[in-house]
Amino acid sequence: MEMPVPDAAVVADKARLVTRLAEVLPRDAVIHDPAQLRAYECDALTAYKCPPLAVVLPATTEEVADVLRICHAAGVPVVPRGSGTSLAGGALPTADSVILGVARLTDVLDVSYPDRIIRVQAGRTNLSVTGAVEEDGWFYAPDPSSQLACAIAGNVAMNSGGAHCLKYGVTTNNLLGVTMVLMDGTVVELGGGHMDAGGLDLLGVVCGSEGQLGVVTEATLRILPKPEGARPVLMGFDSNEVAGACVSDIIKAGVLPVAIEFMDRPCIRATEAFAKAGYPDCEALLIVEVEGSPAEIDEQLGVILQIARRHDPVELRESQSAEESARIWLGRKSAFGAMGQINDYMCLDGTIPVSELPRVLGRIREMSEGYGLEVANVFHAGDGNMHPLILFDANTPGDLEKCEALGADILRLCVEVGGCLTGEHGVGVEKRDLMGDQFTPEDMEAQMRVKDVFDPSWLLNPAKVFPLPVSEARRMAAE
Amino acid sequence: MIRPESEGDLAAAVREATGPLRVQGGGTRGAATGPGGGLSVAGLMGISLYEPGALTVVAAAGTPVADLEAALAAENQRLAFEPMDHRALMGTEGTPTIGGVVAMNVSGPRRVQVGACRDFLLGVRFVDGTGTVVKNGGRVMKNVTGYDLVKLLAGSRGTLGVLTEVAFKVLPDVAATATLRLDGLDVGTAVAAMSAALGSPFEVTGAAHLPGDGATLLRLEGFESSVAYRAEQLTRRLARYGTAATVEEAGLWRGIRDAEAFAGTDEDVWRLSVRPSAAPDVAARLSGARLLLDWGGGLIWAGVAPGTDLRARLEGIAGHATLVRAAPETHARLGTLPPEAPAVAALSRGLRAKFDPRGLFSPAAVDA
Repeated sequence: MEMPVPDAAVVADKARLVTRLAEVLPRDAVIHDPAQLRAYECDALTAYKCPPLAVVLPATTEEVADVLRICHAAGVPVVPRGSGTSLAGGALPTADSVILGVARLTDVLDVSYPDRIIRVQAGRTNLSVTGAVEEDGWFYAPDPSSQLACAIAGNVAMNSGGAHCLKYGVTTNNLLGVTMVLMDGTVVELGGGHMDAGGLDLLGVVCGSEGQLGVVTEATLRILPKPEGARPVLMGFDSNEVAGACVSDIIKAGVLPVAIEFMDRPCIRATEAFAKAGYPDCEALLIVEVEGSPAEIDEQLGVILQIARRHDPVELRESQSAEESARIWLGRKSAFGAMGQINDYMCLDGTIPVSELPRVLGRIREMSEGYGLEVANVFHAGDGNMHPLILFDANTPGDLEKCEALGADILRLCVEVGGCLTGEHGVGVEKRDLMGDQFTPEDMEAQMRVKDVFDPSWLLNPAKVFPLPVSEARRMAAE
Repeated sequence: MIRPESEGDLAAAVREATGPLRVQGGGTRGAATGPGGGLSVAGLMGISLYEPGALTVVAAAGTPVADLEAALAAENQRLAFEPMDHRALMGTEGTPTIGGVVAMNVSGPRRVQVGACRDFLLGVRFVDGTGTVVKNGGRVMKNVTGYDLVKLLAGSRGTLGVLTEVAFKVLPDVAATATLRLDGLDVGTAVAAMSAALGSPFEVTGAAHLPGDGATLLRLEGFESSVAYRAEQLTRRLARYGTAATVEEAGLWRGIRDAEAFAGTDEDVWRLSVRPSAAPDVAARLSGARLLLDWGGGLIWAGVAPGTDLRARLEGIAGHATLVRAAPETHARLGTLPPEAPAVAALSRGLRAKFDPRGLFSPAAVDA
């Protein structure tokens, strides 16, 4: 993976830049000491590291605007950073860039239950948005695995999803407005407490733009009343094909579960050894969760269990208590941790049409054998968002490269069957060089035109999303 | 009127255009403005992919909405965002197309619970103003690969390009529906009652108030026993607003969806999008206007005397007002779309200039 050569003039002028930033920010909000900068050298994609030129931690929209104005005038690239939990390297710095962290923007600005919205500063964590309203019986629906740590700013940048988006949608479906600062310091308001755009849906294209169009400082989010209850059921099958067919039949039957999670045998075994959730040792496992009153849950699960029985499950376990529900979810929620205990792993995020599940799982197994690297699969089956985990050993020379090659092959397979490279993690640097496998040059040109309008100087997070040769002319022209 | 039969021919027609184009699907939404040679998308027809087990359908932009809905109904599924049919309101004839629905981001009463057209749109193909075919999104439900031009195209009124293909997430149809009616509430109380209903866990999929009839309507959908249970619970929860009665369904929500109350009148019709809690203030400022509140008060249809500048009466109210039906002179004088703040307007203008450098699609909007 390559990054652009740092601009030597910008690096040489660091002292002057730091002085200027210190003029508009409190003393402790500008970090430039090399040792302290190390904390920002990477995000959750730890394979790639590079300390930035400086880090700023503004606490208001005005401070963000001041910082961007200074960097814009000096031609310094800016990399926005939420909580640094990106698995795609979305917040990976270059040596000539300033990291703009939103960690000090954490306030709740407005809660309106009649309007079913909350307005927060964008550095607030995902889970603490729900935390602000849950005592009154409300919640914020998108629930990425990192929700304890990840910031709304990052969720907006990556259009984050989670396990429950089959019913509730992803970030873009739950975002009604933002305050955003453009690279030249202009503050814009998009959307608000109302439910649609009056003109072009700029909010729609800002969400998921990976911090390349502007820095989001505030967000208006849709909140929902908590359901009366929820209950999962666990099903085990002796083949991936049968489990896949069961998912399809459930969806066709007119039941809309809030979540359908899928784990294959390598994942089940690793998870069981780690979390001891009492999962059966089978080829494929599904966790299906439905919501409603106890009677409504009974009715929905009745339909689901009837379908499951038609597919000869080796295990069928309906939760009878909150404790059992927690145990059913325990393994799934520990899956990544369990993998991390076995080995280093790389987590992919391609999405495929649900109907292609069995075929894709079969092909992944063949590829895995071909490369000699184990792959465990855990994913959101209801919406086809896969998370193949490739196990490798970072200390074995060549293993990371082999793992990346296998990962690229798997993602190309996702595209080939009608899916995409990334369902919820974002492109960042990780999938950047595969964009040409999904998009024609014209498709990418159309996307880059949007950045030309929002950030004509191509200074905001410029080395992400588009393959470097594809964006080179624009980045060079702007310099 | 040019009527290409394929995406390639449509792209060629755009490339060869020498002046503004008046792009149209079924021509039922009365949204076209300005002159220009006609370009019909109605020749691009047909469902190219439908997988009920994956809740996914892909169709050419000129496919009639009715054809798509019939194909979904055969599998007991539907377009959950409940697209409005503009014909009664606009006094138009013709066949509404799915491309027109997307170009206008047309969403009905269920939007308040499940989301708008743009929320169910998974992918698009379109021809931009240079005649280049662009695809974005795809046919899968979760996709964050590259920028989301799908959302940008939804509701763009044809100003960024001509849609040729659209892909949707669809949802199961429901077994049962019930509508509760509260009578005699003023707008403020009605909005409070609707907010209480939408703030309950009972998944209200329609919340409308008809000030003229004094009726406040709430819709529940799902399995039969579930709907019965929710209706009972909701009635109890809303007791302080009156006794909710269960009413006959027939055509009720379609009438609200299509703003039928304004069909055939000589009023100008405006569409307002506001925070529901602002609705009572809006209603007070628009006294004399005929109103219909949908989306729990977040969507307000207003019928006013021809030529009225309704926006002038809404100063300081967050949200926006679109002129939907009026004389061409009124559209020209007041503007169809709400004015944008200067910085936002500059971004919109910049995008239109990039996607349509020759100005073929602006100011002419799509006549869907």
